[in-house]
Amino acid sequence: MKNLKIAGKEFQSRLFLGTGKFGSPKLMEDAVLASGSELVTVALKRIDMETNTDGLLAHLQHPHINLLPNTSGARNAKEAIFAAQLAREALETNWLKLEIHPDPRYLMPDPVETLIACEGLARLGFVVLPYIHADPVLCKRLEDAGTAAVMPLGAPIGSNKGLRSIDFLEIIIEQSNVPVIVDAGIGSPSDAARAMEIGADAVLVNTAIAVGGNPVEMAIAFRLSVEAGRIAFEARLATTKRTAEASSPLTAFLG
Amino acid sequence: MMFKEIFNQYHWDEVQESIYAKTSLDVEMALSSHRRTLEDFKALISPAAAPYLEEMAQLSHQLTQKRFGNTIQMYAPIYLSNVCTNFCTYCGFNFDNKIKRKTLAPDEISLEIAEIKKQGYNHILLVTGEAKQVVHIDYFKNAIEIIKPHFANISIEVQPLDQEEYEKLRQAGIYAVLVYQETYNQEKYPEYHPKGRKANFDYRLETPDRAGKAGIHKIGVGVLLGLEDWRTDSFFCALHLDYLQKKYWQTKYSVSFPRIRPAEGVLPPNVVVSDREMVQLICAYRLRYENVELSISTRESEQFRNNIIKLGVTSMSAGSKTNPGGYTLDTESLEQFAISDERSSRQMAEYISSINYEPVWKDWDKSFI
Repeated sequence: MKNLKIAGKEFQSRLFLGTGKFGSPKLMEDAVLASGSELVTVALKRIDMETNTDGLLAHLQHPHINLLPNTSGARNAKEAIFAAQLAREALETNWLKLEIHPDPRYLMPDPVETLIACEGLARLGFVVLPYIHADPVLCKRLEDAGTAAVMPLGAPIGSNKGLRSIDFLEIIIEQSNVPVIVDAGIGSPSDAARAMEIGADAVLVNTAIAVGGNPVEMAIAFRLSVEAGRIAFEARLATTKRTAEASSPLTAFLG
Repeated sequence: MMFKEIFNQYHWDEVQESIYAKTSLDVEMALSSHRRTLEDFKALISPAAAPYLEEMAQLSHQLTQKRFGNTIQMYAPIYLSNVCTNFCTYCGFNFDNKIKRKTLAPDEISLEIAEIKKQGYNHILLVTGEAKQVVHIDYFKNAIEIIKPHFANISIEVQPLDQEEYEKLRQAGIYAVLVYQETYNQEKYPEYHPKGRKANFDYRLETPDRAGKAGIHKIGVGVLLGLEDWRTDSFFCALHLDYLQKKYWQTKYSVSFPRIRPAEGVLPPNVVVSDREMVQLICAYRLRYENVELSISTRESEQFRNNIIKLGVTSMSAGSKTNPGGYTLDTESLEQFAISDERSSRQMAEYISSINYEPVWKDWDKSFI
């Protein structure tokens, strides 16, 4: 399995994790370790930077784990850029998961503000990974704006519905010059495997692991499925056929 | 268009009748529905749904877990003032009630918040009575100024204000505005609010509209359980929520479930909402509104609160004092209502952790205001 490279940094694991929704920080840590993930996203709004006694961060202090702060809570580009700068200062990383969802019900990403923020953040030297709709045109616009990767959703975030946007994801993957990370909606290891099989560079999973019956076991299942899907993609899947081989081929007369 | 126009299209008695006419078939259809409607909500809060309580609880648990994870957000109220010029028949701060009145001065606010902070809180709710001469926009702004450096998230539960005042509060750092209609029964409303500014039903009803227009991040709605038929009142609250979600789509919403508790100088509740009914109501909200925050205060008992954590609730207070200065200054002064769950925030957090949930102390950042 090839390593994944984003903005010059190599990752052995193609499974990224979210850190919300776990029953305890310790359980989150155990699941992250079991997943083999090297990139985990943390909401800036959950981090208590003032007291410096943050439970969440204390559980993510492992040499192989890179933090990817996110701007969840931002409603527009201005707020996101401000939050990004705070995150960079607090977590000492210029990597950023750009999340702008002005709609607090379904947490749908705002394509207009995300593009504006991406342009600004790239200029400020951030490695931007934006959470977006599975919109192929937006992905190309973000590339032009200097994004390090794109993170299109598979289904509404937290829905566990799987790859509902697969037709658009395939177009994005086909056209992209930056890594494509399927970000939201992945509900089961088979969804993750499917995303990898169609050529996604990585997947980001949170809810399906955090609220699974046994998050640690589920993290292992996702690790295996992401590896399986990626290996299958690299090995090239046999093509599927819709029809049986005809016994009287129409082109037989050609000899 | 404001909510009043929609509200006027409904009649209390007809709504009540239609809720009580719901059948077990309506409930079963609501339970199996993929996207539940307001009519489904009616079925779920109807008497016909009572035998389906366990099924509702299971579904509510699953939906809450999916959206909010195994977490409970923690917040603490700070009562800034119990001065009040209203005459609400159910409230301990009623103007007629001859109690010691108190409004916290800046240095007193500092003392109180230091104690609240010590208890681990990062989200705080400012509460006052309604007394325009004493607790006005400048008082709030001043209080926010003192509180803001110490808390990640500040909400406010005070008298209804104008849109412009909400804009000022938002700019000053207020995240959420909580305002409960108490009852949507317009005919009966004056009986509970005979005089004072709160007697104006329409002005209160359109408060969430004004807060929404002002761009407030979160608006909390609810009815005071114990005044009028809780099913009918809750339907109207849900109708309100539907309207608000569509109109102010960038705003987050929460629903609270204050059940009338005994307080000095007030009448006992007009209707009693049983624990079973309370659970039914909470689950019905979750089944209809998967993404709405549901909040429970210390009005409820320890046993009830322990068990409700897994049934749909997403935020809780603990160790609350409902009298101004109650945390440090004047621990014996009169409360708005007697709290029922006396546990400290630490004890509550320990309980939450013991059932494999995480108490969340910080889930907002000032940088977003």
